[in-house]
Amino acid sequence: MGLATFIGGVHPYEGKELSMEHPITVLQPKGSEMVFPLVQHIGAPAKPLVAAGDEVLVGQIIAEAGGFISANVVSSVSGKVKKIEPRRVANGSMVNSIIIEDDKEYRTVEGFGERKDYTKLSKDEIRNIVKEAGIVGLGGAGFPTHVKLSPKNENEIDYIIVNGAECEPYLTSDYRLMMEEPEKIIGGLKIILQLFPNAKGIIGIENNKPKAVEKLRELVKNESKIEVVELYTKYPQGGERSLIYACTGRKLNSSKLPADVGCIVDNTDTVISIYNAVAKSTPLIRRIVTITGDAVTTPQNFKVRTGMNYQELIEAAGGFKKEPRKVLSGGPMMGQALFTLDIPVTKASSSITTFINDEVEDNPETPCIKCGRCIDACPSFLVPVLMMEKALADDTQGFEKLNGMECVECGSCAYVCPAKRPLTQGFKYMRQAVAAKRRAAAAKKEVK
Amino acid sequence: MMAGKFNVSSSPHVRDNSSTAVIMKDVCIAMIPTLAFGCFQFGISALIVVICTVLACVLSEYLYEKLMNKPITIGDFSAVVTGLILALNMPPQIPVWMPVLGGIFAIIVVKQLYGGLGQNFMNPALAARCFLLISFAGAMTNFSSAALKFDSTSTPTPLGFLRANGIKIALDQYNLLNIFLGRIPGTIGEVSTVALLIGALYLVVRKVISLRIPLIYIATVAVFVFIFGDHNSTTVLYHVLSGGLIFGAFFMATDYVSTPVTKTGQVYFAVFIGILTGLFRLFGGNAEGVSYAIIIGNIVAPLLEKATLPKAFGREAKKA
Repeated sequence: MGLATFIGGVHPYEGKELSMEHPITVLQPKGSEMVFPLVQHIGAPAKPLVAAGDEVLVGQIIAEAGGFISANVVSSVSGKVKKIEPRRVANGSMVNSIIIEDDKEYRTVEGFGERKDYTKLSKDEIRNIVKEAGIVGLGGAGFPTHVKLSPKNENEIDYIIVNGAECEPYLTSDYRLMMEEPEKIIGGLKIILQLFPNAKGIIGIENNKPKAVEKLRELVKNESKIEVVELYTKYPQGGERSLIYACTGRKLNSSKLPADVGCIVDNTDTVISIYNAVAKSTPLIRRIVTITGDAVTTPQNFKVRTGMNYQELIEAAGGFKKEPRKVLSGGPMMGQALFTLDIPVTKASSSITTFINDEVEDNPETPCIKCGRCIDACPSFLVPVLMMEKALADDTQGFEKLNGMECVECGSCAYVCPAKRPLTQGFKYMRQAVAAKRRAAAAKKEVK
Repeated sequence: MMAGKFNVSSSPHVRDNSSTAVIMKDVCIAMIPTLAFGCFQFGISALIVVICTVLACVLSEYLYEKLMNKPITIGDFSAVVTGLILALNMPPQIPVWMPVLGGIFAIIVVKQLYGGLGQNFMNPALAARCFLLISFAGAMTNFSSAALKFDSTSTPTPLGFLRANGIKIALDQYNLLNIFLGRIPGTIGEVSTVALLIGALYLVVRKVISLRIPLIYIATVAVFVFIFGDHNSTTVLYHVLSGGLIFGAFFMATDYVSTPVTKTGQVYFAVFIGILTGLFRLFGGNAEGVSYAIIIGNIVAPLLEKATLPKAFGREAKKA
């Protein structure tokens, strides 16, 4: 019997050795300005509850969810609100943000950090705490967690999967959490299991992290409802569809949510955040950020307050030993290239990856030779070579016919392409174009 | 740190270390054993044919791109591959200007006029070979070789001999061991099965080709010949080992550009060209049929591709 896995995928250089043995260090902000964008999640922007001049405390909700799919934003510091204005975020866009002058006193709201016996809380109380705490998927997508925890029929959920795959190269924040705070992962998972009477917990970990597998197996050996599944190391093993398939054999497509096949998937850091919020009355105000890549002096895993500046994190890691040509928010497969370090840490900031060389610029695009390697790499069983022809012709209909909307934008096809074609970029563009067309069509229907 | 100093591009930000040039060089390396054997067996004339054909291909690609103000792409080695495959499909004593003309035809007409690398709908080397076969039937089927003491008028290839005389007499003329080793008349690169298999093994190990097309193709020819031939397994073996089947199966039917990209499409493609090869060999006007079979296969490849698109993950159950 082989390890659990999926079909397709690629094996990029893992790069985890750079930072995986560096324990998590707490990094307090040096600068006084903290930036809290109102969009740090998928869904509607949050609505500010504070105005310039207001005093805020650590743990105070400074913006509330602006719709059903949305999330609260919680202050990580105490101090005074300076202003609310658009600021640059990691994806390059300007997002309205609450700027807080950090007074470095870290005065907290009442009840902050209070221990609670979560077994005595009702399901609604738990969901409410998760919502209040502003928890979203911390693996990168940022889907509001309280929405995930409220499926139509909670009795139909039979698997809660903790995503400890961390398949994205270079990232080690989840690994460090599994090594240093494994009890909280189990605790958080137990809290979620409390919501779903028929569910079983699975912690999926890639086999390039044997120590984490061993540690968590030891901790769950007396837990009848929790199992650790060792996954074959392959990108994108931690993608939601790949992970669900590897752990349960169930298949998901773009028209379904994990809950439709009885699963709920949460990232390691998300589960810990649930534990912190429910058992320790600590909302989501910190996250683990890996500082890594060959350009940074000392790769690190920092625990930082949200709202801190990326520049400060790089400086705390000793700065650059050599000028990087590329700096990413996230890892090399799905991360976003930054043109400036003046970016705030948000809930979704998993890492800052720095590269002396830019493999994209160094490998110019050449004509497609139809080798079909992209087809073998695609975890969604698509035909990227043909989809790219449609993308280049701006043929949204043809792209949809080739099931282009099933693309998860994992980047595996562009990674293996010997002609170095920007396949994923083409598909991102087409998927947005198709989505826009569908929205327009839906709006037209409504008018009629 | 100043803003705006870093490169910005869409993810993914890393690339595999393979490239078109690496793949093409691998194909060239894989042809070295059969090339060496051809030159060893047929002598200097074979080597001259190979060098001139490759030069003709590379130069015509260079000149065309230069004249058309296009980027020069000879560094990707695809023209070298075309030249090598074409040359290895030539009889050893052919007048050199013929393969040179073929090389120019392959690169200019079949490849560049259709848009260059990746756009040609036929394998350029094979299209050029068929062009030469039609234009210069005599020279293209004269397999005499001074080095092998095969005389110029009366030496048919093993397949020709088999066709004319049946398996018993054919085995007396060329036994299976000699056919396997390549001590037979034929084109420069097709004769030695063992040299070809060494190259094919290299391509498989380097993951440049999969065995899907070659094995299904060869198996289809074998089954076809068994059923519609004389129901003799020795005849089948004779068919598989002689002629251009092994060369075609591993080096020409696996050409990326002119074969289907889908796995199922490749299966149908291999079966299709296998049946065609069998038909041409047993019932056609010529003893050989690999080149024609493959280029006809190239023409239907896009259709096979369209008909065999895989079902997306999680959508398998749905009817398309």
